[in-house]
Amino acid sequence: MDLKELYSQIITENSRSTRNRRPVPGATISLEGVNPSCGDDITLQLRVEDGVVQDAGFIGSGCAISQASASLMIDDIIGKTEEEARRLIKLFFGMIKGEADGDELDDLEDAAALQGISHTPARVKCAVLAWHTLEEALDGKQPEEF
Amino acid sequence: MRRFSDDFPILSQDNNGKRLVYLDNGATTQKPQQVLDAVNRYYLTENANPHRGVYDLAMRATDAHENSRAAVAKFIGAPEDSVIFTQNTSEGLNLIAYSYGRAFLKPGDEVLIYVAEHHSNLVPWQWVAKTTGAELKYLYPDENGRLTVEELDKKINERTKVVAVAHVSNVLGLETPVEEIVKRAHAVGAVVVLDIAQSVAHMPLDLVKLDVDFAALSGHKIYAPMGVGAVYGKKALLEKMPPFLSGGDMIAAVHEYRTTYAEVPRKFEAGTRNVGGEVGLAAAMEYVSSVGWDTIVSQEEALIAQTLEGMNVLPYVKVYGEATAAGRHGVISFNIDDVHPHDVATILDSDGVCIRAGHHCAQPLMEHLGIGSCCRASFALYNTEEDVQALLQGLKHVREVMGLGS
Repeated sequence: MDLKELYSQIITENSRSTRNRRPVPGATISLEGVNPSCGDDITLQLRVEDGVVQDAGFIGSGCAISQASASLMIDDIIGKTEEEARRLIKLFFGMIKGEADGDELDDLEDAAALQGISHTPARVKCAVLAWHTLEEALDGKQPEEF
Repeated sequence: MRRFSDDFPILSQDNNGKRLVYLDNGATTQKPQQVLDAVNRYYLTENANPHRGVYDLAMRATDAHENSRAAVAKFIGAPEDSVIFTQNTSEGLNLIAYSYGRAFLKPGDEVLIYVAEHHSNLVPWQWVAKTTGAELKYLYPDENGRLTVEELDKKINERTKVVAVAHVSNVLGLETPVEEIVKRAHAVGAVVVLDIAQSVAHMPLDLVKLDVDFAALSGHKIYAPMGVGAVYGKKALLEKMPPFLSGGDMIAAVHEYRTTYAEVPRKFEAGTRNVGGEVGLAAAMEYVSSVGWDTIVSQEEALIAQTLEGMNVLPYVKVYGEATAAGRHGVISFNIDDVHPHDVATILDSDGVCIRAGHHCAQPLMEHLGIGSCCRASFALYNTEEDVQALLQGLKHVREVMGLGS
């Protein structure tokens, strides 16, 4: 196990960053995403207007990987169209599955630092939590309970 | 001194190139050769469907099933005819909640549970409360993480019909005052349901003496295979309860439109049982008895004391529940400042050390403690001082990797 790859400076620093850790004023979408087995819990808020993600933020708690991933994802999607955001989600999932590599990951910017997770299957769910939540939020998913 | 880890073949392997240090026994324990052999022997020499065939082999399978029941009953201090085999504690607690709770609870009644309950002793009661109109109420720990008599006195009243608590919290590791609970519950006519999943491998039990009304355990937390567990219930209660699951083997006679049920405990054992697992559970309990409670209790207490002492000198480690070995059984939950439990567990894993990180199926307790999750090191009879040292060294390593110094 390569801990340096897993816990690179980009990951450890972004996991503690407060840049995107904030509620979004006038959010049009708010969705909670949890990893039930481990307690990672983020609420993603988006302000989507005219098909463009005008603003995004998250609140919650979780491991360094889940929190860094959420923050880096938000850096990626602010100002992008929904369509573009969906393309990035696909690209990120592809990277985690080891199906996307090299230059094509440039569009993910610093989020590409999470590529190392593909070698640590136990932590994949942490890395993808924010991205899954974003996908569900764009799909209009509502929370459910009994 | 005998090294008990030699009895557990899985422990001789490496983990990420390091010696495997298994400290996730609260989740599940490893299995000794003696248990694996017993299960194997059953399938090699005694397997048939119990209670069905009249041939000799089927009789031997029936004996294996019933002798295992007798062994489990003896181990937990229960009469043989009051022990029901289940898959695990969750199924056992569902059996109790459904068959007793749904049949006898009504609006205005109260079900009292501890906020530290494992979800398996919590979600079934939520369901039962919703379907019967009974009210679910909570007991809370004091600042030391202990359930006090004062708290019991505040919450138990004449409306209380069920008090369901874990004997030992799977997160806090602290023993609940069962005798005090039973005394107060019985005084108002309530039944006591004791979740012994976390205590059964760490202390001798005498359920009849404790006078609880129901108890549930999982075999896999006491060195037995997964997929087998047991419920204890007072016979008079089991007899007046409706069945939990219906179908094969739980009947006396079936007609087109009506059925009479088998006697307790078979009334609660629908379908072909996991007899291999039951044989394994009996063998595991024999194994524990052969090691002896004096050895297990003193050894585990010493390891817990050493771990707490080692954690105490690391200023960035916070232990949940009073940080003492007294009244603590098998479990230490903790957090490291500024590091999420998952990251702690991943970094410890790279050092060969297996611990659990997360909410431990006790989310209401996490909420009560104001944390999302925590780390848990949990012990078994095969753990050693070397394991404790590996854990403590690993905790320092965690801080380094996360760029927080050590």
